[in-house]
Amino acid sequence: MNADIRPIRTPAEQALVSALGSLPETGGGRLADLRRASARAFVENGLPHRRVEEWKYTDLRNLMREAVPLASPATVARADAGARLLNGADLRRIVVANGAVVRELSDLDGLEEGLSIATLADALASGDAVLGQLGGIVPARYDAALALNTALASDGLVITVAPGAQIERPVHVAHVFAGDIAAASFARSLVIVGAGAHFTYAESFEGPEGLAYQANVATEFVVGDEAHLDVVRLQEEGAAAIHLATLLFDVGRKAQLHTFGFSSGAAVARTSLYATLSGADSHVAFNGAVLVKDRQHVDSTLFVDHTVPGCESRELFKHVLDDNSRAVFQGKIVVRQAAQKTDGRMMSRALLLGDDAEMDNKPELEIFADDVACGHGATCGAIDEDLLFYLRARGIPLKEAQSLLVQAFVGEAIELVENDVLREALVERAEGWLRARG
Amino acid sequence: MAMLEIDNLHAKIDGDEGKEILKGLSLKVNPGEVHAIMGPNGSGKSTLSYILAGKEDYEVTDGSVTLDGEDLLEMEIDERAAKGVFLAFQYPIEVPGVATMTFLRAALNAQRKKRGEAEISTPDFLRLVKAKSGALGINPDMLKRGVNVGFSGGEKKRMEILQMAILEPKICILDETDSGLDIDALKVVSEGVNALRSPDRGMIVITHYQRLLNHIVPDFVHVMNKGRIVRSGGKELALELEANGYAEYQQDAA
Repeated sequence: MNADIRPIRTPAEQALVSALGSLPETGGGRLADLRRASARAFVENGLPHRRVEEWKYTDLRNLMREAVPLASPATVARADAGARLLNGADLRRIVVANGAVVRELSDLDGLEEGLSIATLADALASGDAVLGQLGGIVPARYDAALALNTALASDGLVITVAPGAQIERPVHVAHVFAGDIAAASFARSLVIVGAGAHFTYAESFEGPEGLAYQANVATEFVVGDEAHLDVVRLQEEGAAAIHLATLLFDVGRKAQLHTFGFSSGAAVARTSLYATLSGADSHVAFNGAVLVKDRQHVDSTLFVDHTVPGCESRELFKHVLDDNSRAVFQGKIVVRQAAQKTDGRMMSRALLLGDDAEMDNKPELEIFADDVACGHGATCGAIDEDLLFYLRARGIPLKEAQSLLVQAFVGEAIELVENDVLREALVERAEGWLRARG
Repeated sequence: MAMLEIDNLHAKIDGDEGKEILKGLSLKVNPGEVHAIMGPNGSGKSTLSYILAGKEDYEVTDGSVTLDGEDLLEMEIDERAAKGVFLAFQYPIEVPGVATMTFLRAALNAQRKKRGEAEISTPDFLRLVKAKSGALGINPDMLKRGVNVGFSGGEKKRMEILQMAILEPKICILDETDSGLDIDALKVVSEGVNALRSPDRGMIVITHYQRLLNHIVPDFVHVMNKGRIVRSGGKELALELEANGYAEYQQDAA
């Protein structure tokens, strides 16, 4: 006899299932089908928990129990007041508040030749052909955060860089949560960088300190042959927030892709990065710095899939953990049989400042080709006492000596950011984090 | 009262139930004096220098150390530095990612701040470093690199003397500053140290070999063995040690 399987849902899951149920069932075409399939997948699988290997250390079902409504649009004034990160730097700024583009605050005029920026809402309304590529990069396994995003996001950005275009000024998408009621926002973007083009994409995330809002953002990047794309993320969500990010990359032949994620915000943050290297001889680097304190939980999970020969991948993540915080690094590199001459190196280092901090490092290599050079490493430890003694013996007080050493530690990763403006901004954010430690 | 007074100092490795490393060491250093401490390996010379600087791996079980009448052992490591204690390390450590200039400036300003003085201005600081590093033959490129990163043994020792010259301590403790130096480097480093000799400043020069004392001529020489000073004399004592070795002291103390 087959018993009915009635999943027991948490309040958060129930609220999300209800939100999915209230979506209009109208509309045909690929995207509508995709939305419906994603919604069904979530209704079936719910939020991931610790028995799902990819979420082993970030039991989202447990960490995200409370139900919150879907976010309503923010007023321009509130969005403006809330979006402070990377302001003033020479970046083309676009503000996305509560998951919706705020045109009044966005610099969408005088775009460089070869750069086009549309909102996802407009592209959906006009049936823009470029949307044929949305949802084109699909993870090997069900990803709850991405499924929710696909089903629920109604705005975000569609950015295309024409083949050969060299866009010097970075585009900065400033995501902000603005409101007084904890709510869930969803934003979805698509970035297409044409063959041989050069582009720098930055995004920042912030919101009110005490509010348990949830931000779910997913961005797909299609990196053309011989294109060069830099992605810099600054995640400084409010201290009670949940931040779920999915980054999806398809990387062409001889392309260069560098990403850097700086994460010091949110109560719970998870960034899942999926990269498929589908053109030979590309060079990719996925780097990051995570600075956490109190009871923060920040998870960086990477899936890098080498499907073609001759690609080089590099990962360097630096984690600094104070108080009772927890950081997770999972890095999975798959080297398919065809991907001969792959050169992959992954390193995750953690510095534990707090006695009760926890670092979980899980590097995984799956190699099916026989002529490759792959390596990984993970370290975890306290600040070197001999280094501290040396600095203090010259008169530098303990906290300042620690700060200098922590800065040097994360600096090794931050200095990999190519764009000067963004690199300096990140150094400044790291310094700010250390100053706030007192 | 002497500037630095070490009285009947007993110490062991912290948490170690085992034997004492310092067993009743006494020494007085007045301003302007240079004291050499010589002795065989394991006599406790480096331990003494670490305890004076405040390294936390040791536990003082008896005795006292005062600097200008203040209890040095009660002070934090950085407080001691601000009061004028400087240890030139036997093995200066590499600090990757912390530029030498950043480090020097942080150290100088931290000490000035603790003494209630204003921070040094950027032009004044640059002038100061340029003057002092030039005299020690330190190349400006080295100052841009991480502290001691990739430096040769001789370069590291010169960097220690540069720090000393910039921080202008009251009491300098040089722990085997001659180790790892060739003759030319020894000369440069010694000249740097001699330039810092002053009527206001005391020095303790720890060494195995008389060689260094040809360049930095001490006022007093002490022989240390098994955790205490077993003989003191003038600079001629160093020559005697060079000729006869430490064997007689090691037997005496056994």
